[in-house]
Amino acid sequence: MTDALFWHRLHFGFTVTYHYLFPQLTMGLAFLILLLKLKAFRSGSALHEEAARFWARIFAVSFAMGVVTGIPLEFQFGTNWARFSHFAGGVIGQTLAIEGMFAFFLEATFLGIFLYGEKRFGPRMHLAAAVALWMGSWLSGYFIIATNAFMQHPVGHTMDAAGRLQLADFWAFVLNPWAIWQYLHNMTASVVTASFVVAGVGAFWSLSGGHAEHASLALRTGVVAGLVASCLMVFPTGDRHGKLLAEKQPATLAAMEGLFESQAGAELAIIGQPNVQQRKLENPVVVPGLLSFLIYGSFGSTVTGLDRIPHDQWPDNIELLYYAYHVMAGLGTLFIALMALSAFQLWRGRLERTRPLLWALMLATPFPYIATTAGWMTAELGRQPWLVHGLMRTADGTSPRVSAGNALFTLIGFSGLYLVMGILFLFLVGREIAHGPRSPHPRGVPAGSPGLAVEAA
Amino acid sequence: MEALWFTIVAGMLAVYVMLDGFDFGAGLLHLIVARNDAERRTILAAIGPVWNGNEVWLIAGGGALFMAFPAAYAVGFSGFYLPLMLLLWVFILRGLSIELRGHVTNPLWAAFWDATFAIGSALIALVLGAALGNVVRGVPLDGTGTFHIPLFDSFWPSTRSGVLDAYTVLVGVFTVLALGGHGGLYLAMKTEGPVHARSLRAARWLWTTSGLLFPLVTWATVQVAPDLFVAAGQRPLVWFLAVLLVGAATILAVGLVTGRSGLAFIGSAGTHFTLLGTAAAARWPVLLRSNLEPSLSLDAFAAATPHHGLRVALTWTLVGLPLACGYVVFLARIFRGKVRLDTATVTTGAAAHS
Repeated sequence: MTDALFWHRLHFGFTVTYHYLFPQLTMGLAFLILLLKLKAFRSGSALHEEAARFWARIFAVSFAMGVVTGIPLEFQFGTNWARFSHFAGGVIGQTLAIEGMFAFFLEATFLGIFLYGEKRFGPRMHLAAAVALWMGSWLSGYFIIATNAFMQHPVGHTMDAAGRLQLADFWAFVLNPWAIWQYLHNMTASVVTASFVVAGVGAFWSLSGGHAEHASLALRTGVVAGLVASCLMVFPTGDRHGKLLAEKQPATLAAMEGLFESQAGAELAIIGQPNVQQRKLENPVVVPGLLSFLIYGSFGSTVTGLDRIPHDQWPDNIELLYYAYHVMAGLGTLFIALMALSAFQLWRGRLERTRPLLWALMLATPFPYIATTAGWMTAELGRQPWLVHGLMRTADGTSPRVSAGNALFTLIGFSGLYLVMGILFLFLVGREIAHGPRSPHPRGVPAGSPGLAVEAA
Repeated sequence: MEALWFTIVAGMLAVYVMLDGFDFGAGLLHLIVARNDAERRTILAAIGPVWNGNEVWLIAGGGALFMAFPAAYAVGFSGFYLPLMLLLWVFILRGLSIELRGHVTNPLWAAFWDATFAIGSALIALVLGAALGNVVRGVPLDGTGTFHIPLFDSFWPSTRSGVLDAYTVLVGVFTVLALGGHGGLYLAMKTEGPVHARSLRAARWLWTTSGLLFPLVTWATVQVAPDLFVAAGQRPLVWFLAVLLVGAATILAVGLVTGRSGLAFIGSAGTHFTLLGTAAAARWPVLLRSNLEPSLSLDAFAAATPHHGLRVALTWTLVGLPLACGYVVFLARIFRGKVRLDTATVTTGAAAHS
C-alpha cells in the first residue's frame, strides 16, 4: 500500500519525537537544579538542597529514558537513511562525533557523581558535578542542533567529484547562524518545559495541602523562570528565527502561515484551515498587515506566498505544517499570559491563595511538551521536500536495501517498547511526586540507586 | 590519514569492548554469582557508576566511524538492518534494567529486572560476537556497493550465509565465554566474600573454556577468511600486537592461577584489547569484506572522508580522546576499592548511579 519512504519517515519521526520528550526536561531541569544548588551552596539553605535532590530524582528517570531512546537515532542515520549518510556524512559526521566525544562522556562521567556521590565527595564536588551535567547536556544540545541546522541551511561545505558533501569551512559549519538562533530558541523552550513541570508540581502540592515550604519554592522557581523563558521564546529567539525563515526558506514560511498568494501588507492568520486544493485559507481570523510587520518591520512590505514557489518545492504536508506552527505559536502566547498572571499574583504574595490559578498551572504541565513537539514538527515538515535544504530530497536519502516490510516491523517494535517505557516513566515519576520532596529513604540516599539499597541494607 | 583514522576507530571500538565488556560479563553472571537481593545490589553497585560511560565509547566510536568512513557506516548499518534494530531493543531493555531496578522496593520488581539484566547482557555479548564474526567472514557486498543479509539462511558458512551461521555463532559463543570471564574478574576485583569467591571461580572456568575454544575459533577463521592470515604474516604491527596478546594472556593466566583478581582483570582487559587490535591490524585496509568477490570489498580509502575533513577532526580528537581516557581513569580512581553492603562503607564505591 505505502512505499518504504513513508515508513522510513514515520520511523524516524516517531522515534525522534518520542526521544525528545525526555531531553527537553533534563536539559531544562539541569539548569534549574544548578540554580537551586548554587543558592543552597551560597546560603546553606537546607530547603534548596532538599529541593535539588528531589528534582535530581526526576532528572535521573528522565535522563535514563533520554539515553536509551537516543541511541537508536544515531543508528538510524545508517540503518534507514544510508544514502543520506553517504551523501552528508563527511560534514554532519563531525558534529555527531564531537557530541559523543565532548558532551556524552562529560555527562556520563558526572551523572553518577552527581546523583549518588554527594556524601562521598562533599558539597564542592557535588556542585561541580551539577555544573558539568548542565554543561554536558547543553553542549550536546548545541551539536545536535548544529547538525540539524546544516540540514535546514547548509553552510561550510563543498560538493566533491563523486557528488558527496564535504567539509570546507569547519567554523562556518559549526557557527551556522541558523544553529545559533535555533539553539537559543530550543534551549529556552527546554527551560519553559522544566519550569512548567516545576511550577505544576508546586501547584499540585499546594492544592493538595502538603509540603508547604517546598510547594512555595517550586512555585516561585517555576513561575519566575517560566515567565522569563516564555518571553524569550517570542523575542528575540522566535522573532529572529522567523526572519531567518523568511530569508532562507520562504516556501516554509508561506506554508506555515497559510499564505497562498504573495501579499503587500500580508495578514497574520490567527485561526483558519488551509485548503491546499483550492489554495485558500478557510474561515480565517486575521490581523491585517501584521505578518509583514513581524518579518520586515513595516506593515506594507510584501511577503512571498506559495504562488511564487515552484510547486515541486512546496512542503509536502502543508496542512500539518500549518497546524503544527499554529499550535506552537498559540500555546507560546498562552504560556506568557499564564506565567505573567501567576508572576503578578506571586509578587502580590497571593499566588498560593488563588486556587483557580494553581489549578491552571497544574493542568498546564503537559502543554509545553505539546508546544515543543509542534515546534519541531514545524521545523522538520517545513524543511520538506528537502532532506538537506536545496541539496538532497528526502525521497533520495533512504536505504535502498531496506524494504518497507522491515521498516514497518521495527516501527511496530519501537511503538510497543516505547509504550511500555512511557507507562514506566509516568509510574515512577508519579510515585516520586506523590511521595513528595522528603527523602523516601531513611538515610537520605536518592531512589533509583543501587547505592541506596546498599545503604539501607 | 586513512590509516590513522582506521586505527582511531578500531581503537575506540576495542576500548568499548574492553570496558562495556566487563559490565556485560557482570550482567550475564548476575543471577549465577549473586544469589540474594543484597548480593545482586552489590553487582549493580559495582558497575553502576561506570556502565553508562562505558557505553558512550560505542556511541563515540560509532560517531567517529560515521565521520571518517561515511560510506562504510551507510552500507554496513543498512545492510545489517534487522540485527542492529534487535540489538538496540536489547540495549534499551538492559539499560532500563540497571536504571529502574532500585526505584521500587518490591521483590517481584527486582526479580523481573534482574532477569532482563542477565538475559539482556548475555544476548548482547552473543550478538556482538556474532557481529564480529560477520565482519571477519564478510557479507554479500555486490556490484551495487550495498548488501542485504538475512538473519539466517545457509547454516554452513557460504555466500548464502545469514547473520547467524556456524562460524558467527561460534564467535558469539566464544565472546559470551570470554566476556563472562572478563566480567567475573571485574566482580572478583570489586567484591568480597561469597560473591568474590563465586566470581573468581566463574572467571577461571569461563576463561579456561575460552582458552580451549580459541584454537577452534582460529581454525574456523582460517577456513572462512584465509586472506586475513596471508596479510597478517607480512605485517610487523600484527606480530607486535600478537606478542602483546601473548603477554596479556600470560598475565591473565598468572592472575587466575594465583587468585589475584586485579592482576587477572588487567590481563583480561589487555587480552580483549590486543585480540581485537591484532584482528584489525590484519584486516587493514578492508572495512567491509565481500564474501562474493574480494574485489567488491569496501576499503578505507574508498570509504573515507577527504583529508581536509579528517585533519579537522583529528584536531579536536587530539583534545577529546585524551579527555575521554582521562574520565575513565578519573572514575576508576574515585570509585576505587571494594563495594561493601553496609552503611559504614558506602563511601567505598557503593555510590552507584545510573
